[in-house]
Amino acid sequence: MASASAFEYAPAPESRSVVDIAPSYGLFIDGEFVEAADGKVFKTVSPSTEEVLSEIAQAGEADVDRAVAAARRAFEKWSALPGSERAKYLFRIARIIQERSRELAVLETLDNGKPIKETRDADLPLVAAHFFYYAGWADKLEHAGFGVSPKPLGVAGQVIPWNFPLLMLAWKIAPALATGNTVVLKPAETTPLSALFFADVCRQAGLPKGVVNILPGYGDTGAALVAHPDVNKVAFTGSTAVGKEIARTVAGSRKKLTLELGGKGANIVFDDAPIDQAVEGIVNGIFFNQGQVCCAGSRLLVQESIQDELLDSLKRRLSTLRLGDPLDKNTDIGAINSAEQLARITSLVDKGAAEGAEPWSPECELPSAGYWFAPTLFTNVTQAHTIARDEIFGPVLSVLTFRTPDEAVAKANNTQYGLSAGIWTEKGSRILAVANKLRAGVVWSNTFNKFDPTSPFGGYKESGFGREGGRHGLEAYLDV
Amino acid sequence: MSDRLNVLKTYKLYVGGKFPRSESGRVYEVTDAKGKWLANAPQSSRKDARDAVVAARKAFGGWAGATAYNRGQVLYRVAEMLEGRRAQFVHEVADAEGLSKSKAAEQVDAAVDRWVWYAGWTDKIAQVVGGGNPVAGPYFNLSSPEPTGVVAVLAPQESSFLGLVSVLAPVIATGNTAVVVASEKAPLPALSLAEVLATSDVPGGVVNVLSGRTAEIAAPLASHQDVNAIDLAGADEVLAKELEIAAADNLKRVLRPQPVDDWTATPGIDRLTAFLETKTVWHPTGSLGAGGSSY
Repeated sequence: MASASAFEYAPAPESRSVVDIAPSYGLFIDGEFVEAADGKVFKTVSPSTEEVLSEIAQAGEADVDRAVAAARRAFEKWSALPGSERAKYLFRIARIIQERSRELAVLETLDNGKPIKETRDADLPLVAAHFFYYAGWADKLEHAGFGVSPKPLGVAGQVIPWNFPLLMLAWKIAPALATGNTVVLKPAETTPLSALFFADVCRQAGLPKGVVNILPGYGDTGAALVAHPDVNKVAFTGSTAVGKEIARTVAGSRKKLTLELGGKGANIVFDDAPIDQAVEGIVNGIFFNQGQVCCAGSRLLVQESIQDELLDSLKRRLSTLRLGDPLDKNTDIGAINSAEQLARITSLVDKGAAEGAEPWSPECELPSAGYWFAPTLFTNVTQAHTIARDEIFGPVLSVLTFRTPDEAVAKANNTQYGLSAGIWTEKGSRILAVANKLRAGVVWSNTFNKFDPTSPFGGYKESGFGREGGRHGLEAYLDV
Repeated sequence: MSDRLNVLKTYKLYVGGKFPRSESGRVYEVTDAKGKWLANAPQSSRKDARDAVVAARKAFGGWAGATAYNRGQVLYRVAEMLEGRRAQFVHEVADAEGLSKSKAAEQVDAAVDRWVWYAGWTDKIAQVVGGGNPVAGPYFNLSSPEPTGVVAVLAPQESSFLGLVSVLAPVIATGNTAVVVASEKAPLPALSLAEVLATSDVPGGVVNVLSGRTAEIAAPLASHQDVNAIDLAGADEVLAKELEIAAADNLKRVLRPQPVDDWTATPGIDRLTAFLETKTVWHPTGSLGAGGSSY
């Protein structure tokens, strides 16, 4: 296309030399890196090049036993520490993460495929901030509104996804440790590296052994962890289908459960919205992290009268997005995390076209190696279409229209999910009225995809239950 | 005692503000602690349970949308109506639970006071559990509690009245609507409470009361796709596990059965917060006097 040359930049890759990835990593149990009991390993690859980054020990049931036992042994002392001492460990962790943030950002970009711009400017700052925030709670729990002497639950089994590997680790581990629990955490099989580097951060911080245990593995490792009889608390972020399976597993036990699951967020643009800002918000809402975000604004609901104007602007903006090397500082769209995820996105997009919606993508050259998907938007989408109902978890936007605010709310709420929503309008009373009616845990008005450790995050309906972040996030790890 | 023959009451369900019999036409015998016949109570079916859910869903928007002050007044009105029928409930609770008149009176008085306690909570809980969040950026950021939706409530089996009020009042105080399954062997106080609710400005459908076999009615409620939460207070361990598994299909919020030694003890806010969602709303603040506004 004619304008393409205007956006040709010289390559500006971030240096890989800041991170030193070992050829193999063990499980992190009781303060030591150890091999899996059955000796199993798996490889983690860079999704942008398919290069093998490292070989990782794969935890089995015996390793889950071992890790839970280590966490149980560590619990007595850790929970008995004065809150002010636990706080200091967490402050140390926050500071070490800040010191090592460039290294961890490059590592995360290599293992996950997301642009360095995001790991550097979003993931890592939020990770450090999350530890810093919950560190401060550790010696103030009696003032948090959960009774005069709230108690930790014990051993927390935590299973996290691959889309924000280190940030999801922070959301799980920081509140758990601040409240006096010990943890066994399973990172996703495609992104185990940052969790293993975090184990080294714990070592540098002098964290007592057994307080944090990291068990890389697949779904069966996670299943063994949540089913383990000596786990007192289960926290999961991932798909709604797996969340339901976990809810069944813990049924009838005394395990406390919090789930942060899928979404199909509606981003509602009214006719008086500031169009340029709305376009930026829509792009950020669905193309941030290649759309692999549970709270993505994957359904654009645009008021009929401004549909053409908005779509023209949006398409123009999409044509300027730069897809390619995630380590390049100018890259907007990185790689899809895995071949499996790419296949899922591709199949849903095929289905969207087959069902009659019209796909559109900017001209966009995809690299020959690695897993890539061009930013895509669908028009002529109805509420019955699969792409309007199922979570795609990719850079794919479904555009629907509405005429009245009531219709917008009805369509926005017409989903099994209830995680996020966006509202774009200059009219304050309309923002408040619509926000009030949306059945979603996070509502962004005239902005999108903003996160903060002080701000509770979590879903309504089948997007899960419990909140992460803020004072609310403590409840998941306290005996209340 | 005069030799006048007294008029017996036909006990009915309470669904959508009306008092229907079970669509199944079934009843079961309810006796007092000594085995003396008290009444035939409706034995609700799956269909009754589904009708109750439809009524509760229909009532949800209006009740959740009512002001907290208004809900507080309505709950207080329930206490007023109950106080006026104190003698009736003392009698029914004494029969139902095999208590002396004075022990039954303590239960009823505590139940009246419980409505008053929760009436006062309706417009306070949002300030206790919600609030502004000091995010590190130019954003207004507010978290507020909202009702979860339609809540199925399995009332405690032993404490037929105070236990029932103690689990029901917190559910509706925050704007949820309820489908209550009364104590299986002692359903009469619950069915009579429906008559109080019907005359207390509680909108029809906000509370629906079913009597019958707990396991039979609870199963369709636990698996119902339009029920958002379930309180398992009245389920035994085996039933509770089955229901929790069924509830996972649409990720209902589940309140597991908790041992309660003394229903008269002051409740905390746990039963209020169990059926609340937290909504967090962001908006840019812009800035004044610093080079213009910004989004």
